[in-house]
Amino acid sequence: MSAVVFRRNGWRARSHPAYWAFVTHRLSGLLLTAFLPVHFLVLAQALNGPAALDSVLRWTEQPLVRFVEWTVVALLAIHLIGGLRLLAIEWLPRHGWRNSRRSLAVGAVLLVALGFALALSPEST
Amino acid sequence: MTEARRQTLLWLAQRASAAVLAVCVTAHLATIFYVAREHLGAAEILDRTRGSWMLAMFYAVFVVAAAVHAPLGVRAICEEWLGWRGRPLDRATLVAAALLLAPGLGAVWAVFA
Repeated sequence: MSAVVFRRNGWRARSHPAYWAFVTHRLSGLLLTAFLPVHFLVLAQALNGPAALDSVLRWTEQPLVRFVEWTVVALLAIHLIGGLRLLAIEWLPRHGWRNSRRSLAVGAVLLVALGFALALSPEST
Repeated sequence: MTEARRQTLLWLAQRASAAVLAVCVTAHLATIFYVAREHLGAAEILDRTRGSWMLAMFYAVFVVAAAVHAPLGVRAICEEWLGWRGRPLDRATLVAAALLLAPGLGAVWAVFA
């Protein structure tokens, strides 16, 4: 009986936007953590001079790598906004602006992701 | 130290590092936009970073905050989703922090020196 109640509550919890905000925050954090060592490794190439770093930067100009790069920046924006949401929930006094907060979070992530796509685009040269 | 106190300290470290990272990530995103928009090459990037104590200090703080924040986040995932607990998890968290801190500070040095 208790298992049934638990499952029903689990389903109800999973249909709530806050659950998806939680999952998104966790997964984006996990992916960013996995990316960090690669990022540090690339930057360490600078020790071998600008040419070594340039060869890596040129490699990142391939469309697929560009897409991964864009995804990482989007993940960073998602994790940042999700984190600010958490800090606001835990540290700021309660407000009746929950839906506005969600809209602001989604809007801010879109702004950063689209902005970066625009900055990457050849038109900006 | 009681378990409750330990958990509280870990939570506080996670949130304090998050607050530092909020500032660092915002500045980093702005830098990423600038580099992408200006299509800066390695030489131009290194021209701006080499010998800049301000940038080196900023990125050192960024790396330290990330080395505290990320392992604690992964630790929470291991505890809640995989059921890992106890000393092995404590050790793995410390190792993860060291594995981010050392190459992270190394990368800061690489673009500064």
